[in-house]
Amino acid sequence: MSEYYYFYPKWLRLWHVLNALLCLALIVTGVSMQYTTHVNSLIRFDIAVNIHNYCGVALTATYFLFFGGNLLTSNGRHYLLKRKGIFRDIIKQFHYYSLGIFKKRQPPFPLNENRKFNPLQQFSYVIIMYICMPFIFITGWALLFPEVILEKFLGFDGLQMTDFFHIVLGFIITLFLIIHIYFSTIGIRKSNNFISIITGWHRSH
Amino acid sequence: MITGLILIISPGIFAQEPGSNPAPKFVSENIECLQCHGRKTYFYHNEWTDMMVKERMNPYYIIDSALFYASNHRNFKCTDCHSSEYQSFPHSGLLRMELGYTCMDCHGGDENFADFQFERIEEEFIHSVHSTRHSEDFTCWMCHNPHTYRISARRDLIPDVVAYDNEICLSCHANINKFQLLTDKINPGILEKHEWLPNQKLHFLSVRCIECHAEQENDMLVAHNIKSKEEAVRLCANCHSQNSLLFTSLYKYQLKESRREKGFLAAMALQWRKNNLITAMDSIAEVNDRNESTDGSVASVVPPFIIGSGSNPLMNLISLILFFSGLLAVMVHVILRIIYKTS
Repeated sequence: MSEYYYFYPKWLRLWHVLNALLCLALIVTGVSMQYTTHVNSLIRFDIAVNIHNYCGVALTATYFLFFGGNLLTSNGRHYLLKRKGIFRDIIKQFHYYSLGIFKKRQPPFPLNENRKFNPLQQFSYVIIMYICMPFIFITGWALLFPEVILEKFLGFDGLQMTDFFHIVLGFIITLFLIIHIYFSTIGIRKSNNFISIITGWHRSH
Repeated sequence: MITGLILIISPGIFAQEPGSNPAPKFVSENIECLQCHGRKTYFYHNEWTDMMVKERMNPYYIIDSALFYASNHRNFKCTDCHSSEYQSFPHSGLLRMELGYTCMDCHGGDENFADFQFERIEEEFIHSVHSTRHSEDFTCWMCHNPHTYRISARRDLIPDVVAYDNEICLSCHANINKFQLLTDKINPGILEKHEWLPNQKLHFLSVRCIECHAEQENDMLVAHNIKSKEEAVRLCANCHSQNSLLFTSLYKYQLKESRREKGFLAAMALQWRKNNLITAMDSIAEVNDRNESTDGSVASVVPPFIIGSGSNPLMNLISLILFFSGLLAVMVHVILRIIYKTS
């Protein structure tokens, strides 16, 4: 008998869909700019830059919805990492994904009202949402206001270092997105998690 | 005389930038001076002979009124900077001793002009060859004629700014008459001296002289520390590379200026218009193609660093390896899930 939990309230689903669309646009335009040449580019360079800039600004705005929502509602508690045994739990979860799942073992951290994310999920979400995202916003906005950037940073040109960090963070977030989407196919059914983020209800074992 | 006046204040001179500049403030006051100093010849009544006399104006004292009223100083009266005693004619011989203002007399230490960094400009100028080789003979006026100078960078297209700024250098360095006021050399020989430069014409039209001949500072719009010719930039890679200071300062400048003029949101869309970027990249490609066709080797010119354009092959390779490793891991997991029939 499956149990249902209302994991994703409306504001969170709204944020998630905006975040997803904007991130996709940013990744596609970002990759296009990164690998552009004078003859070939996925999207014409100046168009890619414009879309990237506007989506970046919009994403910053949606981040406040996420941040504010977590601050004001109980959803924020799912992002509080516990201090003891966190890495042990992460390894346990990793072990489950790499071996246990194929031996049809039960997940080591079944989800319920108090545990919306497994430890590996929780840890990666915190890293992405509370470290990578703020830093990509800071570097992105700095590239729009380059006069605030230090002239030299660790002996390198400040502007190019900012650009470098921005690209590296974008790359990390892209990798995360691929893994995030793939792991969404793991559930009672492959479509389960995709339906959950639309309806708000998560179906558990 | 009347014809002269009409010539001096013909409406055409105000039509240079319609709408953007209101009419200059002291046109009627300045007519007094410009009726003689705005022309190559002037007339006066000789009281001894009781005749009208036509004289040629000293070319150094001719003011082009059209240029003056388009310049930054267009809203000044002549007597704001020159003695009011010039209002009587003939001018007193003693007035020749009058000390002219220097730029810093008005612009130095004034917060209104802080953005222009006049103090820093002066400091850079003192270290430049213009100052060290010519001592006090060389003043700001040599390049920035107070009667014509117009700060163009803020409103014009980049090629126009390049042409305007380069004209300042060429007014001496390509003009033997002016050049020889300060040096004994016979001919500046600009074209011969730049024969080594590939795409000479394109460089001259697209790059300001000071980009190669002055010490560049990241946050300084117009470098004033002009170096000796031995210290001028001769390496292509100094500009056509990933770590080009020229690029950094251009990126900062372009974004800052377009934001100031159009506002933040519009500026984001206006940066890197197609023309700027594609022209730059096409010119590099052109050089590459030419190099390839003449000697058969792969071109050595590195594309310019463009924000967002990953031209670092090592970084591109590492990122691709990491990316495909991630994809591979996912694929292996998918296959194992299919084999073990897990959900």
